[in-house]
Amino acid sequence: MPLIELNRINKTYHLGDFEVQVLKDITMSVGEGELVALMGASGSGKSTLMNILGCLDRPTSGEYWLDGEEVSRLSLDQRALLRNGKIGFVFQNFNLLPRTSALDNVAMPLSYAQDNPSEREARVRAKEMLERVGLGERIDHEPSKLSGGQQQRVAIARALINRPRILFADEPTGNLDSRTSVEVLHMFQRLNQEDGVTIILVTHDPNVAHYAQRVIHIHDGQIAAGIYDAQAPKGEEGQA
Amino acid sequence: MRLYRTLRLALRALTRNPLRALLTTLGIVIGVGAVIAMMEIGAGSSTAIKKTIASMGANVILILPGTAASGGVSFGMGSVNTLSPDDCTAIARECPSVRSAAPIVRARAQLVYGSRNWVPNLMDGTTPAFLNIRDLDNLTEGEPFTERDILNGNRVCLLGPTIVRELFQGESPIGKEIRVKNVSFRVVGVLPAKGANMMGMDQDDILLAPWTTIKYRVTGSTLSNSNQSAASTSSTVNSLSNLYPGTSSDLYPATSDVQAADNPMPVRFATVDQILASAISTEEIQNAIRQITALLHERHHIREGEPDDFNIRDMTEMTKTLTSTTTLMGNLLLCVAMISLVVGGVGIMNIMLVSVTERTREIGLRMAVGARPSDILRQFLVEAIVLCLSGGALGILLGHGGSTLVAILLHWPVQTSPAAIVAAVAVSVTLGLAFGFYPAWKASRLDPIEALRYE
Repeated sequence: MPLIELNRINKTYHLGDFEVQVLKDITMSVGEGELVALMGASGSGKSTLMNILGCLDRPTSGEYWLDGEEVSRLSLDQRALLRNGKIGFVFQNFNLLPRTSALDNVAMPLSYAQDNPSEREARVRAKEMLERVGLGERIDHEPSKLSGGQQQRVAIARALINRPRILFADEPTGNLDSRTSVEVLHMFQRLNQEDGVTIILVTHDPNVAHYAQRVIHIHDGQIAAGIYDAQAPKGEEGQA
Repeated sequence: MRLYRTLRLALRALTRNPLRALLTTLGIVIGVGAVIAMMEIGAGSSTAIKKTIASMGANVILILPGTAASGGVSFGMGSVNTLSPDDCTAIARECPSVRSAAPIVRARAQLVYGSRNWVPNLMDGTTPAFLNIRDLDNLTEGEPFTERDILNGNRVCLLGPTIVRELFQGESPIGKEIRVKNVSFRVVGVLPAKGANMMGMDQDDILLAPWTTIKYRVTGSTLSNSNQSAASTSSTVNSLSNLYPGTSSDLYPATSDVQAADNPMPVRFATVDQILASAISTEEIQNAIRQITALLHERHHIREGEPDDFNIRDMTEMTKTLTSTTTLMGNLLLCVAMISLVVGGVGIMNIMLVSVTERTREIGLRMAVGARPSDILRQFLVEAIVLCLSGGALGILLGHGGSTLVAILLHWPVQTSPAAIVAAVAVSVTLGLAFGFYPAWKASRLDPIEALRYE
């Protein structure tokens, strides 16, 4: 059974009298331990799809099976718990807490965790996690004292602190130069291979998508042809 | 554990911008400070008032003569002397709630000692019971006068410290003779110092003497001339007259000894200006007043429905009046303080709303990593409460400091009031809850997707 299974997912926004259907009958699945890139032009619906996949939003209709659980009809609180325990997020703009040490940034999700680790345990785990992303020396640095690549690594450590099954990375290299981008992408690959974390990379950049095992193209709210082809159709890339 | 973490988070959020936090809480600080200072000063003055009243003699009941009325026309209070020394004795003897009672005869006259003179504020003729009622038992020097002195109308007196200072200038007055209206009095004792009473009257400027002496030797009202229809008495037949030599000139031709012997002077009531009684305890004051009223009704033959010819006052009324005045003032100031607290609370709400807007991204992030709306609500609510509480703590310090300063600089009586501190803390928390709720609720209702995208 795949980790993620979407079955005829629709998402419609109501803007006054208008109805905008952003996602149309999306059916897809992601297996455990995959590194998948979600590609599409802006406005294609890839962000909406990621929000639904990340349990930040609910589909208008359709089924979403995550880790053997139908999650499309969960309440706000249940989804929050699910996000905390099974999902990690990495954002384009890092979204670190300002004037807060790297350690505290990484430990932050633990304060919402169900097992509710003690303060000391939380610090130990956050420190381990920072060491894993190669920032063991900088646990007391505030985000403003870190470079972009270091900040993104702190963000990755934060996303992994609750040992999630899936990691969503939304344009993780969008604010990074090419050299640090490569570092971060290599880190994703390593995490995927060594720890078996399922990673979904959302991007419009084919160079980034290149690091994935497979690429899912979204076009106008639908999954475009050539689903399993990392080398996407040229026409769609041009739009991106 | 969880709460501790929320608390630490709130503290960290506030210390990120300490100046803003301080300015935000200023309203609360001032409000709480005002409440604390007000309560401490108010409690201090009401205690001071209670002390003053106690120093006037605890549980004192004052019985004053009433009004004279003729044909439905009242002549006002004090227009007739209706109280007799026998009333006083009867009150002391027959009212179970009355511990003791003393008559008071007032006079005003110049005191002369050597080349110095002084007019005392109070010159009261009374009985030794007075000392007990007014809490003057422990004389500084000498002995009080006795019942025998009263019976004999002996010319002895007790002086208050002020008179001793003015007339004797540090000398011991015991055994010295002072002159009052050409009547020589021997000083037998010095009263303890009591200081000023709550009206500012010097309670030490007092001369106490047997009431018979004051009445008949100083004020010069004799049994005969107090009733002008009575003839002046002969010294040879009525030996009592020797004790009470009249000073006023005779309106009527003097009666001969034979005439006087033929018309023996009827036994008359002397009158006193006031009767001072003390109840056995504060709780018994009302009972004592009832008993005295009933007794005087009976003695004065006042029937049901007729107006009283006496008035009874007790100090609890005065205590109540005064404390209610201070309570009223205190409440008034408390209202002002409450208004400033509400204004401070609105300031808190304002800043919390700004803070929520500023930290929209943070809220979005927290929600994305698994914070439930209730977690966000709690975080901001705790932050508002911490803000208010620290403001309250600062206000308590400020208020306490302020009232201490008032005590030191203005010498106002001040009393630390734990109730006020508890109330201030409670009010701060309530304010934090009340004014922090809306911003916190607003934060908790944010959509994580929107919030994450917020710039």
